[in-house]
Amino acid sequence: MPATCPFLRPPGAIRHLALLLLICLLLVPVSGRGDEGGFDQGIGLLASRDFSGKAAGIDLLAESGDARAKTILEALLAGRLFHVKKSGRLVVAEKNGRTYLLTDALTSAPAGTAKKRALKKVTINNRLRTGIKSALARLALRDPDPGVRLAAVNAMLSTLNQESIGLLTRLRKEEKDSRVRDALATAIDIGRLRSGDPALRSKALARLDGNLDPVVRNELIRLLDTEKDETVRRQAQATLASIERRIALSGLAETLFFGLSMGSVLVLAAIGLAITFGVIGVINMAHGELIMLGAYTTYVLQQLLPHSIGLALLLSVPAAFLVSGGVGILIEKTVIRFLYGRPLETLLATFGISLVLQQAVRTIFSPLNRSVATPAWMSGMIQINPVLSLTVNRLTILAFAALVFAGLLWTMKKSSIGLQVRAVAQNRAMARAMGVRAARVDALTFGLGSGIAGMAGVALSQLTNVGPNLGQAYIIDSFMVVVFGGVGNLWGTLLGGLTLGVANKFMEPWTGAVLAKILILVFIILFIQKRPSGLFPRKGRAEV
Amino acid sequence: MKTRSAALLLALLLLAAVTGQARAAGDTIKVGILHSLSGTMAISETTLKDTMLMLIDEQNKKGGLLGRKLEAVVVDPASNWPLFAEKARELIEKDHVAAVFGCWTSVSRKSVLPVFEELDSLLFYPVQYEGEESSKNVFYTGAAPNQQAIPAVDYLMNEMGVKRWVLAGTDYVYPRTTNKILEAYLKEKGVSDEDIMINYTPFGHSDWQSIVAEIKKFGSAGKKTAVVSTINGDANVPFYKELGNQGITADKIPVVAFSVGEEELSGIDTRPLVGHLAAWNYFMSVDTDINNDFIDAWHAFTRDDKRVTNDPMEAHFIGFNMWVKAVEKAGTTDPDAVQKAIIGVTVPNLSGGYAAMMPNHHITKPVLIGEIQDDGQFEVVWRTPGMVVGDAWSDYLPGSRDLIADWREPLACGNFNVKTGKCSGSAAK
Repeated sequence: MPATCPFLRPPGAIRHLALLLLICLLLVPVSGRGDEGGFDQGIGLLASRDFSGKAAGIDLLAESGDARAKTILEALLAGRLFHVKKSGRLVVAEKNGRTYLLTDALTSAPAGTAKKRALKKVTINNRLRTGIKSALARLALRDPDPGVRLAAVNAMLSTLNQESIGLLTRLRKEEKDSRVRDALATAIDIGRLRSGDPALRSKALARLDGNLDPVVRNELIRLLDTEKDETVRRQAQATLASIERRIALSGLAETLFFGLSMGSVLVLAAIGLAITFGVIGVINMAHGELIMLGAYTTYVLQQLLPHSIGLALLLSVPAAFLVSGGVGILIEKTVIRFLYGRPLETLLATFGISLVLQQAVRTIFSPLNRSVATPAWMSGMIQINPVLSLTVNRLTILAFAALVFAGLLWTMKKSSIGLQVRAVAQNRAMARAMGVRAARVDALTFGLGSGIAGMAGVALSQLTNVGPNLGQAYIIDSFMVVVFGGVGNLWGTLLGGLTLGVANKFMEPWTGAVLAKILILVFIILFIQKRPSGLFPRKGRAEV
Repeated sequence: MKTRSAALLLALLLLAAVTGQARAAGDTIKVGILHSLSGTMAISETTLKDTMLMLIDEQNKKGGLLGRKLEAVVVDPASNWPLFAEKARELIEKDHVAAVFGCWTSVSRKSVLPVFEELDSLLFYPVQYEGEESSKNVFYTGAAPNQQAIPAVDYLMNEMGVKRWVLAGTDYVYPRTTNKILEAYLKEKGVSDEDIMINYTPFGHSDWQSIVAEIKKFGSAGKKTAVVSTINGDANVPFYKELGNQGITADKIPVVAFSVGEEELSGIDTRPLVGHLAAWNYFMSVDTDINNDFIDAWHAFTRDDKRVTNDPMEAHFIGFNMWVKAVEKAGTTDPDAVQKAIIGVTVPNLSGGYAAMMPNHHITKPVLIGEIQDDGQFEVVWRTPGMVVGDAWSDYLPGSRDLIADWREPLACGNFNVKTGKCSGSAAK
């Protein structure tokens, strides 16, 4: 305290001393209320029961300029900030098995471990989350990493005001990274659209031409409502029109991507059926359940390798092939073998098998859906421009479908088993006369189709529920694709699946998802009336 | 003399036989459980069957009811709507159950409704539903739209400043009616047509790319946007996955769901969903003693300390306790006596308050809004200050505005029009 009271050198009288002491006491808190006080007060407010108190605390923390604020806010956003119930100490907790590893939030010193019951989480809601994010964005504007700065500028676009534009203008003068400079320029231009000077507005408009960010578009629409200056108004109209043209183009590309990706899923689900149904003519109603088995294989492998989800996913591709293929061969050897040439009985028997498999999974794994995690390299999206972005998981599945298709095509056309399969399909008697073991080829073919269904299940586990009903959702679509594409033709299945996917996605915005599905079905019925053997008819045993 | 004593003996024997039979049948009180254990709905309903078994087990440990043990009769209607009616008839006529706890989907309830009315038995229905119904024989322990949908919309509007609304649902009766009510409510609050987007998808819809993209576009118009989701069951997982993949986080466009609870979340990786909302009358994370006891009992009963609890389970907990209390009050399990006794019965709920059975056969509930956390649980961020009384007939639909339900004498009507003064049966056509 003496240090902050340099004039504590009383000439004599004790009264003066007392007075000075009093002044000093009053002065200390006043002069001390700088950043330090705001930080402590903010920390105190985090313990308040209501969210508005916490919001005030977050603001104080963000403004305090204290280096610890960033870590604390980040921990709060991630839900890792806790109070120890007994002492009220603020800690950052990291889950470690059943207990939590604690670090003191203020001193960053390790603070031992604790059970969950001894801790009280500092809860936040969406409003606070937004507050924290924008506070962190303000802090991140000065981050050494240009990528972080860029993200921070973009995050600020939708909440621009006079004050933040002043800040951004200052930052732009110091900024060295060109991308961040551009982003800052856009932000400043958006701000200038609101300026009182028409020339400034017009300049900003010229620079914003072709910028697809939704904020720009909204700002232009707002400008058109309020603009008085006729030239600027016309310029804004032209800019908006050019932006909308480009947005429409992006929308078209997006829909095409959606369609192809939906088509790739259909192809994946159907291509195994193209083998079993198309080549050996078995109407396999349990096909969907073989897909489901593949998805469950992924789940099991992820449970076995909980720390390397990505590896488990890659391993489950061959594993699912083996599991579903094995089950397929088992079904063929025990049931279908006796029913060749009796399609109705096969249909009923395989339908029964599908119910058995479903209930078996319900009994073994529970009727609840299982959670299959998506590895980091398959999540997120690739941003092409602000209105067009491609999701990575869909891209991966598109590539996977292409790979599976190519592999299958190779097997059928180039390998010896493929040759035998085709021989048996085209003329069974002749093939047998040439020494092909037809019964074995039947089993292998069915196993191949089933195994591919299993691989489709691995892909589907990344998109939809892994539950006992997974298969039912895809069986009808699969048959639809195979019949539409032409029974027994792989290219037909590929083209059929992709066509149906793209057509569905182009119709959906106009008709809604329900009607789009109905229209596709109606279309296929009409198409089959006209061309009963699908897009690419081919002679197989099914028609002999 | 001889004949007289012979007749007396015969009469005595007969009496003994009759009472003996009565005692044999009366050793236990049978409780029917009508939940699908196979088929599509098994995912949700199996848990409720287990919940009922646990509740009955606990009641028996406390000494049963009216000095008799309770006995659960479990049937499996296999997610097959007509089979629900058959199984209900079997429970009532063959097994002589005192009450039935069951059904999940509205269509299964509609299917069994005539059976319960014809045979005059009791059904406790534990799931949130679209309202517009009040039957003499059904007790609705789940939420009516005004106990879930309307408070959730209020929260979004007042607390989060939402101006633009996406009403997304699965294409069947519950979402359609709920969305009709919500649309009328939003318009009454001054939301214009262009700020409301309504979208329906088929059951089990799995390809959400274009719909999520559309929502994203709709939400980029500069006004705060929220999605009110009545998407049902399995379709939720791919929907939330697609939201996560397209980068729609809760602080940009929050999604408030009415059919997503702890159990549904246990099948999803919830990390990308943190902050999305759900409106229920109970969350597993509610920190009250009674709830912690319930969770402990559940874990002990299922021998699995990872099993979650959810809102319909609480509804069964409330419904079962209400029935027990009403039977004790009436001194009999006779459906008519129980129906009269149960109105006004009050039992504790799991969130630290009390639930009362109202004359319209709906109950009072608090409404809780929870945000999804990364551990698959919800954090309660808002709750109604008091209890909300379930409203059988919505005030926001033109057809049902003037209708009330009151099963007390002398009105005893589930569908009374206050304008015309006419009672037109128990449910709308």
